[in-house]
Amino acid sequence: MGKLDGKTIIITGGAKGQGAAEVRLATNLGAKVVVTDVLDDEGIQLAEETGNVYRSLDVTSPEQWSDVVNSAVSEFGRIDGLVNNAGIFDHGGILDGSVEQFKKIIEVNQVGTFLGMSAVAPSMVSQKSGSIVNISSIAGMRGFGAIAYGASKWAVRGMTKAAAKELGSSNIRVNSIHPGAIETDMLFDLGDANVNRLVSNVPMQRSGTPEEVGTTVMFLLSDEASYISGAEIVVDGGLIA
Amino acid sequence: MGSLDGKVVIVTGSAKGMGAAEARDAANQGAQVIVTDILDELGEEIATEINATYRTLDVTSEKNWEILVSSVVEEYGRIDGVVNNAGIYSSQGIFNSSVESFQRIIEVNQLGTYLGMAAIAPIMANQKSGSIVNISSVAGMRGQVNIAYMASKWAIRGMTKSVAKTLASSGVRCNSVHPGAVNTDILFSLEEETLNHLISSVPMGRSGEPSEVAKVVTFLLSDAASYISGAEIVVDGGMIA
Repeated sequence: MGKLDGKTIIITGGAKGQGAAEVRLATNLGAKVVVTDVLDDEGIQLAEETGNVYRSLDVTSPEQWSDVVNSAVSEFGRIDGLVNNAGIFDHGGILDGSVEQFKKIIEVNQVGTFLGMSAVAPSMVSQKSGSIVNISSIAGMRGFGAIAYGASKWAVRGMTKAAAKELGSSNIRVNSIHPGAIETDMLFDLGDANVNRLVSNVPMQRSGTPEEVGTTVMFLLSDEASYISGAEIVVDGGLIA
Repeated sequence: MGSLDGKVVIVTGSAKGMGAAEARDAANQGAQVIVTDILDELGEEIATEINATYRTLDVTSEKNWEILVSSVVEEYGRIDGVVNNAGIYSSQGIFNSSVESFQRIIEVNQLGTYLGMAAIAPIMANQKSGSIVNISSVAGMRGQVNIAYMASKWAIRGMTKSVAKTLASSGVRCNSVHPGAVNTDILFSLEEETLNHLISSVPMGRSGEPSEVAKVVTFLLSDAASYISGAEIVVDGGMIA
């Protein structure tokens, strides 16, 4: 008996990296996963490999969210979990960032997460159950130079609590996860020097694996977390402690 | 001798309410204030009253900010303080927020604050001095149902820390102020029942005056706050303690 047996979970940005780890873990725990991404080839492949369905989803599009939700409900009858995992990074700080990049980051990370929660909320309300997990970041708990990324991740942390407040009476839980240095393309793209510097500050003296974030997501999706809502879980090997 | 003697301070959204109080208090403390807003008539009146300059400024316009900052530097040679006070409110929650209304709040509150900091930062970094005060809200410290407003105010709180980190070595400080229930148009726009419920949750048993927030802003702008950066000051009569 897996702890997500019979649950239908939508995962965004699920074609690779952290999202793909979440897809695999959820499947192993008995869930039916709707794998979504803009990387259709990888997404379809992963869906086939794990026996799940794939839906193309640009999280910045309300129409596409509507399609994904409708097709999930018509195929599975319910939506038990949503993992707002899709996100992009830009290192621009206040002195060297661009407005265009600022807007793009906000659009995908912040508006995308808002649209996801808005899209699944009505179904979860009528079910009187559900668990939403929003992937924020340690950049949503502290001040880092990457200002647009930080702004979007703080916003995700805050919106998580807004949704928790509003949806609590419908037995829907909403929580945020704050990963630190995790072995994904987002980390590797920073370049070896930056990665080494970051990891040297981690008490555990290593980066984390996508699975180590994934297991925390699974916990929050499951009934084991039944009294946890509006909470933050930092997964960073002690980096920001 | 005022605590802001000789300092050149820009205040956004200062034609009325909290912004006007901030402009007044700074002027009382000896600052050369640049009153900015899109409410030109009111703005001119305030400026005349406190012996300040008025400039029209739509905080969502990168171009407007560029023009404003150039003209201030040309006229006064420096910029010592910026108060990102301009903001709009929405009580909409997750069920009745259109994506357009969500984006509008983000645009004025979050993008507007980012553009202000991006325009001012190079100048302050060059001067090796300056103080930026961003007006967030108690809504930027906790969970409330009005998700768009909350998202923008959490983002402001986070961006403040990012900028504090980036500009610290240049002697520039950046802090956020989090007002609670303060007697401004935003508060008066709330429904009576909501308003009463809000005030009843204030330990001090009353809403605050704009001048009570202004004094905190002045403090952060002044040299008395010389070791304070990346900090949050809540001004709410104990409401969220």
